[in-house]
Amino acid sequence: MGDPVNAIAAWLRNLLIGLGLSPGLTTVLLTALGVLVMATFVTVIDILLVWVERKVVARFQDRLGPNRLGPFGLIQPIADVIKLLIKEDITPRGADWFVFNLAPIMALATVLLMWAVIPFAPTILGADINVAVLYIVAVGALGTLGIIMAGWSSNNKYALLGAFRTVAQMVSYEVPMVIVLLVPVILARSMGLQAIVDSQSTWFFFLAPIAALIFLITSIAELGRAPFDINEAESEIVAGFHIEYTGMKFGLFYAGELLHALTVSAVFSTLFLGGWRGPFADQVPILGVVYLFGKAFFIYWVIMWIKYSFPRLRIDHMLGFSWKFLTPLSLVLVIATAVLDKILRGTGNAPIAFPYVLLQLGMNLVIAAATVIILREYARIERKRVAGVRPVATAIEPDFKELVAQE
Amino acid sequence: MSVIQLIFLITAVITLGAAIMVVAARNLVHAALWLILTLFGVAVMFGLLSAPFFAVVQVVIYIGAISILMIFAIMLTRRGLLDSGSQFNKGWWVAGLLSLLSFTALVWMLSTWEGFHTPLPELSRDTDFVAALGAQLVNPGGYVLPFEVASILLLAALIGAVVVAWEKKA
Amino acid sequence: MIPLSYFLVFAAALFSIGLYGVLARKNAVAILMGVELILNAVLVNVLAFWRYRTPDKLDGQAFAVMVFAVAAAEVAVGLALFISIYRRRNTIAADEIDLLKW
Repeated sequence: MGDPVNAIAAWLRNLLIGLGLSPGLTTVLLTALGVLVMATFVTVIDILLVWVERKVVARFQDRLGPNRLGPFGLIQPIADVIKLLIKEDITPRGADWFVFNLAPIMALATVLLMWAVIPFAPTILGADINVAVLYIVAVGALGTLGIIMAGWSSNNKYALLGAFRTVAQMVSYEVPMVIVLLVPVILARSMGLQAIVDSQSTWFFFLAPIAALIFLITSIAELGRAPFDINEAESEIVAGFHIEYTGMKFGLFYAGELLHALTVSAVFSTLFLGGWRGPFADQVPILGVVYLFGKAFFIYWVIMWIKYSFPRLRIDHMLGFSWKFLTPLSLVLVIATAVLDKILRGTGNAPIAFPYVLLQLGMNLVIAAATVIILREYARIERKRVAGVRPVATAIEPDFKELVAQE
Repeated sequence: MSVIQLIFLITAVITLGAAIMVVAARNLVHAALWLILTLFGVAVMFGLLSAPFFAVVQVVIYIGAISILMIFAIMLTRRGLLDSGSQFNKGWWVAGLLSLLSFTALVWMLSTWEGFHTPLPELSRDTDFVAALGAQLVNPGGYVLPFEVASILLLAALIGAVVVAWEKKA
Repeated sequence: MIPLSYFLVFAAALFSIGLYGVLARKNAVAILMGVELILNAVLVNVLAFWRYRTPDKLDGQAFAVMVFAVAAAEVAVGLALFISIYRRRNTIAADEIDLLKW
């Protein structure tokens, strides 16, 4: 009763088989229909996201935001879409036409691909593959490819430079992200997202808060959002790799970035906040969808909060942060989690008990305390080095008496 | 022709076509993009072979890292061969002959093998290949030694690549 | 439905195309692309043999993992070498890097 999606699917299947189609063809048609429905649903939410973004940034900046078109400005995104559609579609001279047009499509398509594995409810799921976590990493890597294609095919030095920097940043932040993604996999004993949600009787956020934090930071860096947006901010490198894109193609990049932020929030909710879990979600699956989107929008709001509160990081600070801080920390975290898990649970699929939760949480707090102490020591040494007595260059005075004696 | 055979045929045609474009394209960045399509096709093949883990790993490693590295290398070494002039060696027809020869030799040799037409066996366990593979890779009686050696190889390659490409400031 | 022969012929074709790429191209990075095609053909072969001949044992899959690791390592070092060569000789056409020829 509480699962309309599967009920409609079953009714359609009976209808089509009753019309005489073979079961194989029916499965293919229903799968294609499911893909279409999910892509449309997600893209429509994307339009809503434009409104959410503008209202929230306005409130953070102590102003009202769009409020003229429709109640609370809800028609504003439609006006934005119409504006983008009627703009002139320019392809720069010397640009590689096919790659130039393919790049924004790839940027949006890779984001849509991620929604295929996110479990909306115990029974509503795109594809239950048992390597879903790795699939999400793979599709994220494809997004990087779209950016390189955009930067190179624009026939513009600044676009290429912006694309290089963006890809360097994304590739650097993929490393701690993949390492930290191992933590929920260790805790849930599976890489499938449905299995990870099923084993979250206690949310993994409480079992591994540092892992959640690192995943959030690296995901924001993968998105290219502030404070990691040196590559596409309007005041840097003239808007980066999408300078030459006009009209709806730019709209695809922009909407793709917002949708990517929501997708990353949904993945974070699935991995660390329990996904569709909530009161009565087992009996009424449609509530699972509500819970998941609630959590996803909350994390999306946190991401926006971070964006509008922090100044931009410089590129060398950004890369140093990833390679010198996040990667060693995530490696230490994974090793500690794995060792503790092996000691407490052994091999096999023992369920997570409360003392296990306390011990994992304690281990995380110990690592956090150790990190803070090490950083404090390092900062103290740096401060002393910067403020201390520095050798000043002096000219070597010639010995005049000797020179005169030589004459 | 069943659905699986149709999927195989389409994938094989796309992959081999893209591979031919890789070796025949004049513009190197186009060749890199065709290579990405080829790698995708091979990932689909892995899916057809009931190895979804390898399909995803192929996308992550080959397309997500190696292809991007190749595109970077192409863009950083562009002045040398500005996509003009011949991209092929003088003896390219010898190479073509050799590759055709190798193809026919391989197929002929394999067709004389009695297992050439093996039908698809059923999978006894349809669950976790990934967990079993992971267990094998750290099993002391299994593949832990090649696994560790591969890790050291990757570490050496990482350090070596950084050292070789280091730009010595005078 | 799909006998083993289909996959083996496909892998042989991919191998031959990669071989042509290695032997006929001038640009060093294009040669490396040919090597990647050859390695992918090897992977398809290994996994096809695993699936059709010994699907119960996991040796074929471990072999494939090793091939992945070695391919990644080789590409990284190769491209670093190409960049270094380009800095000194300002070319990466394979027939122009001939200082060691006698």
